[in-house]
Amino acid sequence: MLAKRIIPCLDVNAGRVVKGVNFVALRDAGDPVEIARRYDVQGADEITFLDITASSDERDIILYIIEAVASQVFIPLTVGGGVRAVTDVRRLLNAGADKVSMNTAAVNNPQLVADAAAKVGTQCIVVAIDAKQTSPGKWEVFTHGGRKNVGLDVIDWARQVQLLGAGEILLTSMDRDGTKSGFDLALTRAVADAVTIPVIASGGVGSLAHLADGVTQGRADAVLAASIFHYGEYTVREAKEYMRQQGVEVRL
Amino acid sequence: MAMSVAVVDYGMGNLRSVAKAIEHVAPHASVRVTADAAEIAAANRVVVPGQGAMPDCMRELTERHLRDAVMRAAAEKPFLGICVGLQMLFGHAEEGDVMGLEVLAGRVPRFPQAAMVMPDGSRLKVPHMGWNQVRQSEAHRSHPLWDGIADETRFYFVHSYYVEPQDAVCIAGETTHGITFTSAIARENIFAVQFHPEKSAQAGLRLLENFMRWQP
Repeated sequence: MLAKRIIPCLDVNAGRVVKGVNFVALRDAGDPVEIARRYDVQGADEITFLDITASSDERDIILYIIEAVASQVFIPLTVGGGVRAVTDVRRLLNAGADKVSMNTAAVNNPQLVADAAAKVGTQCIVVAIDAKQTSPGKWEVFTHGGRKNVGLDVIDWARQVQLLGAGEILLTSMDRDGTKSGFDLALTRAVADAVTIPVIASGGVGSLAHLADGVTQGRADAVLAASIFHYGEYTVREAKEYMRQQGVEVRL
Repeated sequence: MAMSVAVVDYGMGNLRSVAKAIEHVAPHASVRVTADAAEIAAANRVVVPGQGAMPDCMRELTERHLRDAVMRAAAEKPFLGICVGLQMLFGHAEEGDVMGLEVLAGRVPRFPQAAMVMPDGSRLKVPHMGWNQVRQSEAHRSHPLWDGIADETRFYFVHSYYVEPQDAVCIAGETTHGITFTSAIARENIFAVQFHPEKSAQAGLRLLENFMRWQP
């Protein structure tokens, strides 16, 4: 049976991991390669890099980072942030990324999803959706870190990106992100049930129980988390052992 | 002379990962990502990776005049097919209604939508994406490429189509996702897998290492 995936997420700014990663005896807390290797050893099923580099001069650094990670870490790598054109997708894949995630660019230009999928294959294209609840049982798509409502219903948008050719959806609850109060399970389940492609739940993980809930109640195919792994609260392996106890199929 | 391996480049997908993983397990081998038929012919071993859509892969293979080189490699030297590199060894592919190389008899259908709904109403997703178990077949359990890899080990998969061999004798591994499908085949000098060994951590590296040592 297919295992549910656990995906640590690293924010990278100009080639350095930010938000600090607190592993025991880490030589360089900002080095994406060393951190990725640690997660690989712990049993991470994939690693996601979110490039938050603002300066355009420094944007190519991510390509060298991915190249370095891909030559040492042999698990799937997803990269998101700053992807605006099919050429950006190609360059990231050529550097060693397996999947490329797009968010704002997909909202502004849905055709980009279709063009990229046609060029590199559906399996390489992830659409990230930032969702906020606007009324009971209704969520809308936001961009700009949750500040801008783009006037799209999340369920409709999820179905649309699937039709356009996305191979996976990375769904983040902006209401829960950073709160450590758990995933928005109703949102996760609504999206997971609405599409036939895999859904990664994100936003709000504060405990191992939250990760398991994302799968068992939210019906997510994968769960993404940052801080609970970065600050050494739990290892990926501990998360998997816990999930297995809850009856979730994991790779251990 | 150092052992040489050609990773066939027909313009599809991420070949660097495959080459890097082979370099990692066989640091002394010469690993060439190549679209040159002569280089493929000269290599001791050939790997045909693959990502993306079958029709594009078949078209690129033909346009780059690599069909014969791949066919010849499949006939005479240690040959490893990965993902679409497995699928293209077979006949009719549902994806784009194209024919593969027909090195092996069989077809390449899509996961049937109807088999994907679970009793609780949840759905198994397509693409089949993530880590799933490979049950090694009785007949091929002692195959050199499975050496040191436990039965039911998980490998990383990403695909929406799978191979259905006509002759079950070549089935070296099976995996279940709604249906049970062939996830590895073996015949003489050919071994081909639906999963991505280059992305399957230790188990995948072990399979690549086994391939580099294999003397069929």
